[in-house]
Amino acid sequence: MMRRMMLAAAMLLGLGMAADALAQARVVRWAASGDPNTLDPHSQNVGTVSMVLRQIYDPLIARNQRLGLEPGLALSWTQVEPNRWRFVLRQGVKFHEGEDFSAEDVVFSITRALAPTSNFGIFVDTIERAEAVDRFTVDIVTKTVDPILPNKLASIFMVSKGWSERHNATRPQNTRQREEMHTVRNTNGTGAFRMTAREPDVRTVLSRNPDWWGWREAGNVGNVTEIQFRPIASDATRVAALLSGEVDFVLDPPIQDLNRLRNAPNTRVVEGPEVRTLFIAMDTFRDELLYSDVRGRNPLRDLRVRQALYHAIDIAAIQRTIMRGQSVPTGTLFPEQVQGFVREEDVRLPFDAARARALLAEAGYPKGFEITLDCSNNRYVNDEQICQAIAAMWARVGVRTRLNSMPIAPFFAKIQRDDTSIFMLGWGVPTLDGLYSFQSLLATRNGAQGDGIWNHGRYSNPQMDALVQRMKTQQGAERQAAMREALRLYREDVPHIPLHHQVVPWAMRSNIQMPHMANNEPQFRWAVVN
Amino acid sequence: MRAFFQSDLWWSFTRSPVTVASAIVAFICIAGAVLAPVLAPHNPFDLASLQLMDAFKPPVWGSEGDATYPLGTDDQGRDMLSAIMYGARVSLLVGFCAVIFSTTLGVALGLLAGYLGGKVDAVLMRIADIQLTFPSILVALLVDGVVRAALPRETHDQIALFVVIFAIGISNWPQFARTVRGSTLVERNKEYVQAARVIGLPSLKIMAQHVLPNVMSPVLVIATLNLGFAILAEATLSFLGVGVPPTQPSLGTLIRIGNDFLFSGEWWITIFPGVALIIMVLSVNLLGDWLRDALNPKLR
Repeated sequence: MMRRMMLAAAMLLGLGMAADALAQARVVRWAASGDPNTLDPHSQNVGTVSMVLRQIYDPLIARNQRLGLEPGLALSWTQVEPNRWRFVLRQGVKFHEGEDFSAEDVVFSITRALAPTSNFGIFVDTIERAEAVDRFTVDIVTKTVDPILPNKLASIFMVSKGWSERHNATRPQNTRQREEMHTVRNTNGTGAFRMTAREPDVRTVLSRNPDWWGWREAGNVGNVTEIQFRPIASDATRVAALLSGEVDFVLDPPIQDLNRLRNAPNTRVVEGPEVRTLFIAMDTFRDELLYSDVRGRNPLRDLRVRQALYHAIDIAAIQRTIMRGQSVPTGTLFPEQVQGFVREEDVRLPFDAARARALLAEAGYPKGFEITLDCSNNRYVNDEQICQAIAAMWARVGVRTRLNSMPIAPFFAKIQRDDTSIFMLGWGVPTLDGLYSFQSLLATRNGAQGDGIWNHGRYSNPQMDALVQRMKTQQGAERQAAMREALRLYREDVPHIPLHHQVVPWAMRSNIQMPHMANNEPQFRWAVVN
Repeated sequence: MRAFFQSDLWWSFTRSPVTVASAIVAFICIAGAVLAPVLAPHNPFDLASLQLMDAFKPPVWGSEGDATYPLGTDDQGRDMLSAIMYGARVSLLVGFCAVIFSTTLGVALGLLAGYLGGKVDAVLMRIADIQLTFPSILVALLVDGVVRAALPRETHDQIALFVVIFAIGISNWPQFARTVRGSTLVERNKEYVQAARVIGLPSLKIMAQHVLPNVMSPVLVIATLNLGFAILAEATLSFLGVGVPPTQPSLGTLIRIGNDFLFSGEWWITIFPGVALIIMVLSVNLLGDWLRDALNPKLR
């Protein structure tokens, strides 16, 4: 009898606790097409990785809902000397596994991001070293004057020195060699959520870190207690999961289903521009084009041919049919959220097939030529369909285009070997500063940190290189003038054919309120679930 | 020719309206596919003729339908009717070649096993038994996967059609082999075979010239029924994205592409290729059924 009563009491207690937990649990089940291929904080500068890590780790300088800079783990930062920045750190912060956060963790994290296996070199390229001044003050010494260092540091996550040393992870994982180390599957950040379960390609569970400093900030009403992240590769399945209530938030709903999602009960679509621009880059370096029928010369070195390909593209048709209005056609390198944008330079060469044919004839290709367009098929919104449409548009002016579309892994490997004559790329600007684009995409590759590392058409113009050097060191109006000049040169030289800025819709159940982020990285710390 | 029209086969054919109807439908399908370059209103593979602004046009009876595109257009402005005709061409090509491949292989191995008997028979039939325990679509997937992993991408794309034909063909030979072996076992002990043996003809000659013609009628039935299966298998492989390359889309590829738009209301991109596939396979299978009944002495 006694036993039975105790059992009943235990059950009641259990029930009560479960009901209590239900009342408080604010779980968001989040689906996206891809799963992070590592959890190492400095190993892959890829959106799929950082969108998850950003829930777990904090940078020194954070970004607010409009992507402006705001204090993260650093409370303030000043340029004490031209080459020396001083950061005053937040006190009383703890890592998820209990270590105290201090200056030596900052020095360690910066040094880790500088290691050869790091994929974040572009963000720390000007840094010579970091020094701990006292327990909560750090100096970062740069090789040259770097006016946009704070923008770059917003992409570098802070890790614990002690934890990394204990687990043999003092340098980033080498992803190219598929290296296996502790940081690939484990995390230890200071952020709003801590990882409690991780099954690669199946699910990742993050629980609220009640000790996170940001919960106490004024105006933060975020109440999410748990995030369950699940990759669902198939477009149709992802949408069906949201409609059936199996998931609450879909980062990348296919755009052909947006209308259906908007009209569905209990579902909301939030749209916003993304800081990512799609363009076609051309090989302007080789003397003979690869994968083409032109022998002995490279038609793409001729400005008229590049202009002809540009004139042949009917961007309005792509926007209307393939993107269903979810794109912002552009004639420039980056969107207006990026520092350095000049509206007058955002002008496209008009769609004009007759002009394209005339330019080709003038350049000596009245019958056109053959070319192979390399394209990813699972990275950008409808990337393969865009390439198919462009291939058809070029075919109509006589440039017979073969389409070679691949998943991102072989695609990136191929273009990074420069094994391409023309390819489509989508370029996001995490620093929100134009230098990042000019330096990576248009500077001549010279072996130095960051210069031309994504310039796989090997465009090279000494004028552009000089402008990039000016942007690196100058400030204020002079720097803006260099940007303006570089954008004008970009329009004149046509090293790329710009297509459009992406618009990224997020779909969620209507009981979730969260700000749309232009870097396409949801911040669940600001999400409110009713 | 006259003999054919007076045969039992022709008689039973004319007596069955369903068979006549399905023969006509099958003929239309095959003619439409073979003559696609002549009959199709557009050439879906001529990139220069595609108009992106015509993408997602509904069928002609829809509110925004366009008489130029009777069954509507897909996401790139390709005419669905033409795409289906060209796609059926690929499907039929793969189907016929795969059946010819598995028939040849199966009949040859079945004859050998049945006629020679002993160890050859035991080994061949055990292999067939083992393969019969796998679903044939799994065997086809396996073959395709191995070839895909073994060859570089460019080479694979060039020979993808042959790989699919081989994969489907190889997954189907045991049926033929078992049937032929059974009939051969019966024929082997008949007097005409023994007579041939007595006058000293070589075994191969006896098999090919004397036994083979007498075991062929069930093979014809299986081959016809298998054509439907092979077309479906190809569509399944292409739907899973491992079949023919997207540069020469078959019906299965068209269904897969259209599947992405099913939720968004552009149903015609996937439904019409699907209907075409059903009609084609159904008519071929009905013909096969009739052939089986007509050649079965017990049902006469």
